[in-house]
Amino acid sequence: MGAYLVRRTVLFFVTVLGVSILIFGLMRIVPGNIADILFESSGFIDQVQKAKIEAELGLDKPLLQQYLSWIGGLAKGDFGFSYMSERPATAEILARLPVTLKLGGLTLFFTVLFGIPLGVWSAVKQNGFVDNTLRVVTLSALSLPSFWCGLLVLMFAVHVFGTIPIYSNEPRGVWQELALLSIPALVVGFRSSALIVRLTRSSMLEVMRQDYIRTARAKGASESSINYHHALKNAILPIITLLGIEASHLLGGLVVIETVFNIPGLGRYLVEAIRWRDYPIVQNLVLFSAFAVVITNFIVDMLYAVIDPRIKYSD
Amino acid sequence: MEKVAEKVSADTPATAKTVLEVEGLKTYFFVRQGVVKAVDDISFSLKAGEKLAIVGESGCGKSMTALSILRLVPDPPGRIVAGSIKLDGKDLLKLSDAEMRKIRGNQISMIFQEPMTSLNPVWSIGNQISEAVMLHQNVSRHEAFDKAVEMLKLVKIPEPSRRAREYPHQLSGGMRQRAMTAMALACNPHVLLADEPTTALDVTIQAQILDLILELQERLGTAVVLITHDLGVVAETAKRVIVMYGGKIVEEAAVEDLFENPLHPYTQGLLAAVPHLAALSTQAGEAASRNRLKEIPGIVPALVNLPKGCVFAPRCPHASDVCRNEYPPYEMKQPGHGVACWHAGKLAGGAHA
Repeated sequence: MGAYLVRRTVLFFVTVLGVSILIFGLMRIVPGNIADILFESSGFIDQVQKAKIEAELGLDKPLLQQYLSWIGGLAKGDFGFSYMSERPATAEILARLPVTLKLGGLTLFFTVLFGIPLGVWSAVKQNGFVDNTLRVVTLSALSLPSFWCGLLVLMFAVHVFGTIPIYSNEPRGVWQELALLSIPALVVGFRSSALIVRLTRSSMLEVMRQDYIRTARAKGASESSINYHHALKNAILPIITLLGIEASHLLGGLVVIETVFNIPGLGRYLVEAIRWRDYPIVQNLVLFSAFAVVITNFIVDMLYAVIDPRIKYSD
Repeated sequence: MEKVAEKVSADTPATAKTVLEVEGLKTYFFVRQGVVKAVDDISFSLKAGEKLAIVGESGCGKSMTALSILRLVPDPPGRIVAGSIKLDGKDLLKLSDAEMRKIRGNQISMIFQEPMTSLNPVWSIGNQISEAVMLHQNVSRHEAFDKAVEMLKLVKIPEPSRRAREYPHQLSGGMRQRAMTAMALACNPHVLLADEPTTALDVTIQAQILDLILELQERLGTAVVLITHDLGVVAETAKRVIVMYGGKIVEEAAVEDLFENPLHPYTQGLLAAVPHLAALSTQAGEAASRNRLKEIPGIVPALVNLPKGCVFAPRCPHASDVCRNEYPPYEMKQPGHGVACWHAGKLAGGAHA
């Protein structure tokens, strides 16, 4: 186990390093920097001011030096300043983190809450009315883009209630905030729970053919115990894998939904930062998200070992 | 446990009461190609503490008979279409699902053929055995686990309290079948259905497991239905034998009677197909290669849309027109010895030909 953890840690640093190079390079390939945008598209500043700004932000230095100064700063715990607000990047990101975490957590919660039981139900009633209905619903969910569903929900709200629930920075109490976040979380979770339903169904069908399920029946176990105690624990590994992947992809989904629902979270902030070529914000946010993905993968792998006694990490 | 043992020794199997009575059982599978009559009009009874063997080739319906008794036939496509299965006089086919669950694993339990795949890989052995106990007895989790350890000790698994915490993949095939036996017997069932319990095990372990099942069966007073294709196992273990072919019972007799005087050509063929060590060794020197082991020609029929007449007729050396046209009635030829064959009387003693 010790050697395994060391290997995972090394891999972690390699991954993060790779992502840092990638995002740094990508951002420089995108034409223009913040000074170009201020100079060209808006005409706010002249050539001299542009050169001055570039020098101030260090954008006139060689790329390698820019990269090293970013990484060097990170090593010292210095994440740099936002070009847009001139406030520390850490402060800008941390200010928007809670709402995105809540939204993401809520989305995953709904994904599991609906995905797994409906998937089990679908498998138990294979080819029955419930299964066929769920098949139609889930396939629709998978083919409808979440921004479109989001807009639909908004239009529906306006049509029926004459108003739309708008997220405010100071919600009145936990419950109101929960209610406000639930709607976008449900919209994003609709698609991912549809995925989970499909996977749970096929994974459960595979397991329910096994001999040990018959053994459980022969013991006198009830149907719910057979489905959840005996079958689901065997069927859950691929579901956890997919949940891990979905969690990693969550930021992508939240970018769209935060924009649609006008929620001041990290997803919308990232888009804005890219538009203004706010390098420190984009780079640090993407790196942070890579970090989250690696941690998620690690948690998934650890869960494997917890759930399936046959899986052991050694060497 | 003592009380049970007393009860069994008090009344011998001959006078013991009937625990299980199967009558006219028909289990059909409705598939695209037609109707598979996996179990076709089967009747037999089992007395308390009795050892009954059901023999036959693969696909003759013996496992389906056992699954039908527990009402575990996969539905769809299978369904019990007729008959009754009475446990202590109560018809299991008339029970609700919830009532049936109280019977399974409690009054009737089953040991399956494949110990490698019949245990749940993600729960510990002790957990799986104690689940059976908790389902049928009003005990705490802790008490049930203690009972599981006790059962593991009973089936002679060394270090039972450590093994109870282990998972199936950490146990050998023989160990797993012992654990299955422990699970099946945990609630002192009246009837134990053992479906080829030793087929998947290697030969040295087979004898151990059989001895274990029989020893516990006698100790706990459980009646056993041993399903097997191995006549050697039958001779060693059972008192009474049912021979099945094509979903029907073709012959039923006491073990000695069946081996000495088989009446059905299929039984005769089965017995002739058993290799005899004595015969092999005397002829080994000169003509071993010429002395081929006898076999029954042909294969087990697919049970879809069977033609009228005796199912065995296409493979039977004695088949006549009546065999091909009409299924023979099941008749008692001697006390306790029944057979379904048109020519049974004429063929007596044919096995030793």
